[in-house]
Amino acid sequence: MHKPGMVSIWFLIGLLLVAYGILILSAGVYEYFSPPSQAPVLAGLHAAIWWGLVVLAIGAFYCWRFQPRKTK
Amino acid sequence: MSYLGTVPGTNLIALWLAAAPERLVRLGGIDVVIVALYFAMVIGIGFYLKRFANTGEDFFLAGRDMTAWIAGLSFVAANLGALELMGWASAAYQYGILATHWYWVGAIPAMLFLGIVMMPFYYISKTHSVPGYLRLRYGEGARGLSAISFAAMTVLMSGINMYSMALVMKVVLGWDIHFSIWISSLTVAVYVFLGGLLSAIFNEVLQFVLIWLGALLIPILGLVEAGGWNGMVQRIAANVGHGDYVHLWRTLGSFQDNPMGIHWTGIVVGLGFVISFGYWTTDFLVVQRVLSARNLHAAKMAPIIGAGFKMMVPFIVILPGLLGIAVLPEKLVGESVAAATGAHSYNEVLPLMLARYCGPGLLGLGITALMAGFMSGMAGNVSAFATVWTYDIYGAFIRKRAADSHYLSVGRWCTLVGVLISIGTAYLVMQFLSIMDYVQALFSFFIAPLFGTVVLGMLWKRATAAGGFWGLLAGTCSSVGMWAWVKIDPSALGVIALSSHAKDMAENMYRALWSWIICVTVTVVVSLATRPKPAKELTGLVYGCTELPSERELKLTQRPIFWAAVIAVVFVILNLIFW
Repeated sequence: MHKPGMVSIWFLIGLLLVAYGILILSAGVYEYFSPPSQAPVLAGLHAAIWWGLVVLAIGAFYCWRFQPRKTK
Repeated sequence: MSYLGTVPGTNLIALWLAAAPERLVRLGGIDVVIVALYFAMVIGIGFYLKRFANTGEDFFLAGRDMTAWIAGLSFVAANLGALELMGWASAAYQYGILATHWYWVGAIPAMLFLGIVMMPFYYISKTHSVPGYLRLRYGEGARGLSAISFAAMTVLMSGINMYSMALVMKVVLGWDIHFSIWISSLTVAVYVFLGGLLSAIFNEVLQFVLIWLGALLIPILGLVEAGGWNGMVQRIAANVGHGDYVHLWRTLGSFQDNPMGIHWTGIVVGLGFVISFGYWTTDFLVVQRVLSARNLHAAKMAPIIGAGFKMMVPFIVILPGLLGIAVLPEKLVGESVAAATGAHSYNEVLPLMLARYCGPGLLGLGITALMAGFMSGMAGNVSAFATVWTYDIYGAFIRKRAADSHYLSVGRWCTLVGVLISIGTAYLVMQFLSIMDYVQALFSFFIAPLFGTVVLGMLWKRATAAGGFWGLLAGTCSSVGMWAWVKIDPSALGVIALSSHAKDMAENMYRALWSWIICVTVTVVVSLATRPKPAKELTGLVYGCTELPSERELKLTQRPIFWAAVIAVVFVILNLIFW
């Protein structure tokens, strides 16, 4: 899986997770300041905020660890 | 192929889905963006990898260049279909933790056996496929029988999964069935057509990560709400009146003591040995992922790594089902009752739990995880079909000697044809729902006998070509015969399962066991009556005739056997904890 010039799958996964992390975190922050009328169970835990951060952190780590220049 | 045919209740899934009145969740704008990004990424990966899939080896075996981790994750992801996730969460709601057996005893020993015992022969023989190994070991007869049955069943099963996914999307999201079928199948067709197995494996690893990130939040929040494991057990006991839902082995002493109506012998021998070993060691859909490993060491490690992840899957599948019993305010019912009353069905437990805890953003991630599960299963079927058709049917019986570029081209177009046949099957199933049951049963006919044929071929050098062919045929025919017998006379189940208290689940286990015994017996008898191959022709194919590379120079922590032992110990400890 390390053909010359091939980007690591983990880097691609990292890119997607960074985008997902930002989107989920944004949704969580938005809900924090303007709670929806029909909130899910345990909405007080603000899962979207910390789960968004977890996804973002994993994605950022993959992007850094498997960035194309580093894995060449 | 999957264990889907043995998932309790999934044969009625269509009935429930067809009658479901309204969508379970409504996606917001941010959720739609998350789903759209996923589709863009998987198609983008296909276009990106096309330039790296230039030869048959690249397209059909991902250039045999996968690391152990990639091959291992792909090995598990190809089996981790969303219908399976929903089906087993549903089974956990109905039968409790017993459903975990399909992930632990029904998978882990077989995966370790594949890695340690069987992988050296698959890998050293340089076969492209499981039917290809049968050709090397037994000749064209066994290969043809295995290849044709596998290719036909794979595309049919892919169509059934496609139809099921479309129905799930209709119930969960309110999407149009035709839209779901075409958008998912065309996406899979594009990325497998372009990058072959390489693309399928890349996407399976991506899908595996998304499935975990999308589904893991449910058990975490569920345990918080229930008050931890003990709180969940107390709530289950309060809701259903007893605590047998959380014990793996304690209730398997007799057929009557557990809701599945099965005995521990059926679980251990039928599921844990025959069905599980048959599926995980001979089903080309999963074995193909391991054959893509870059060397023998990686090929041995891949199923062991896969076993480690497989062992954790109950935490995102079974635990949400159990938590559903503990925390959902409504009581879920069987499919037929749900269809008649409009109540929520067992099959809805996973989406219901998702909707319970997830708001915008998280909901999109959870739905993406479900879609990723469906598409990884579909891509697995299509890529395996393309390989078996091209190498074991087209290349073996239609055009034997052609350039590699010709087979590459055939493989690519075969991907599209496979998807089109799958779509046709999906529409056929839409018209005739009973086809779903028959195709799932058809798949189960081949699993157990094929394991008998392959394992004898690898471990017993006296097995002959005639023995392999007739054993496989006899085992398969006997499985069909027992299935038909029970269909015609349901009381025959008591004879096959050796107990009048046995239920449907037990039939699968014992039918597999008998068909395996018949296959092995016929193979042995016919082999002893026919002339064996000279030992020199069995080099690289059979234990005792093959020099296996030594691992003595490796550090202990680099040896596959060490990690297999670690997984085995954890497996035993988990079974003892939840005994």
